[in-house]
Amino acid sequence: MSDNIPDNLKYTESHEWIAGQNGIATVGITDHAQAELSDVVYVELPAVGKALTAKAPAAIVESVKAASDIYAPVSGEIVEVNTALADNPALVNQSPYGQGWIFKLKVSDSGELDTLLDAAAYREKIG
Amino acid sequence: MAIRGSSPLLKTPLAANHEALGAKMVEFGGWLMPVQYTGILQEHQAVRTAAGVFDISHMGEFIISGAGAEAWLNTVLTNDIRAISPGHGQYTLMLNENGGVVDDLYVYRLEDQVYLAVVNASETDKDFEWLRERLVANVTLENVSKHYAGLALQGPRAEAVLRKVFDREIRHIRRNQLMTSQYKGESVLITRTGYTGEEGYEFFCPSASAVELWERVLAEGAPLGCAPAGLGARDTLRLEAAYPLYGHELSPTISPLEAGVGFFVNFDKPEHFVGKEALGGRRKAGVPRRSVAFEMSAPSAPPRAGYAVYADGEKVGVVTSGGVSPTLRKNIGLALINSAQARIGGQLEIEIREKRHPALMVRKPFYNNIRK
Repeated sequence: MSDNIPDNLKYTESHEWIAGQNGIATVGITDHAQAELSDVVYVELPAVGKALTAKAPAAIVESVKAASDIYAPVSGEIVEVNTALADNPALVNQSPYGQGWIFKLKVSDSGELDTLLDAAAYREKIG
Repeated sequence: MAIRGSSPLLKTPLAANHEALGAKMVEFGGWLMPVQYTGILQEHQAVRTAAGVFDISHMGEFIISGAGAEAWLNTVLTNDIRAISPGHGQYTLMLNENGGVVDDLYVYRLEDQVYLAVVNASETDKDFEWLRERLVANVTLENVSKHYAGLALQGPRAEAVLRKVFDREIRHIRRNQLMTSQYKGESVLITRTGYTGEEGYEFFCPSASAVELWERVLAEGAPLGCAPAGLGARDTLRLEAAYPLYGHELSPTISPLEAGVGFFVNFDKPEHFVGKEALGGRRKAGVPRRSVAFEMSAPSAPPRAGYAVYADGEKVGVVTSGGVSPTLRKNIGLALINSAQARIGGQLEIEIREKRHPALMVRKPFYNNIRK
């Protein structure tokens, strides 16, 4: 498979990506995940202000076939959600690392970011 | 006891073709089947606007023949087999003693005393055993599932593709009729049937001919916009057409009267059929539940099978199938609910992750493009 796995992001085993900057991290699902899910038809976004611990369910992405939980890669508080997905959930397929981002977290422990997979490790995981 | 899923998955003669086309393969009814090639929505659209071709080789086929076949089929199936002459097929059901559904199937009368039954893939062995246990003298029952492959060619351009595929003159057949043709010396049964809400055909051919026929359909169909379509699109298409799916709208604990397929149960035929008494009793007592079509009234997550259905604050039933309708661009579904609440135009609420969302009961089907 020719999955796109940018080198500058961190990844989880459950196929989220996270990009951190000044304590605020953006989260979405990987190109591999969107390809596996296929046509995304609905995204249930978390409430802004919600506090999440790492690996807690944060959002739900629904494809034609099924609903899939999206987990918080690290602990933090939701500070913004991608409201564009309400009208255009297919952005998750079209631009998984760009316009298809899902939520932003205020990271509570930046040390948790170091426990995530880098691009090479994620590439190896998905084979 | 055999554990389901512990045995290797069955493969249709087209498995290598699907993989070469980049299909995503999944388990379905014990078979390894393509769920999609390029994407469910794209394949759905191809069938609605041009044509799509599906591998339906996983479906089970039985040949029933003999002098007693007609009378016997009328004792094990709900519809009246005498209503069809050679060259015609009918939708029918097998019921258990309680009037629940063992399977839904198509039966074609190939010759006066020769019939082909096409059953759901996952139920093939169970159905065969169920029929075998009830077999009588002068009737032969044969499971020919392994010897037959099946393709479904569906969509407004299905007939145009069909005429390019078969060299021999294709005569006009009406819905539920069948004809035989030749493809490279092998006999192919062509039926005008389908599960998509579009005009279309299903082909049944010897397994050894399947690859050539599939490739020919794709090659001849491509210039007309005909694309391979997987189980994902098959499900979204049949949901828009409001066709029942065994295991969802039909099951051993759901009667055909509840499921809305009572039209295919003939209480007046001379033969007594399995399940008749129980079903007749239920008919007199009043059908307790009804399968209704609904659409969500406001944007929401798609409704899915198993979600609870409420009316006037009370739980009244359950969603049996649901999802997005790519054609209508709405969330739609089928639900089995208490008869008292079942009426077109009535309000329901669908519980999606602990929150109730308004829905409206609508007429079936959601979509139909079949000319009568």
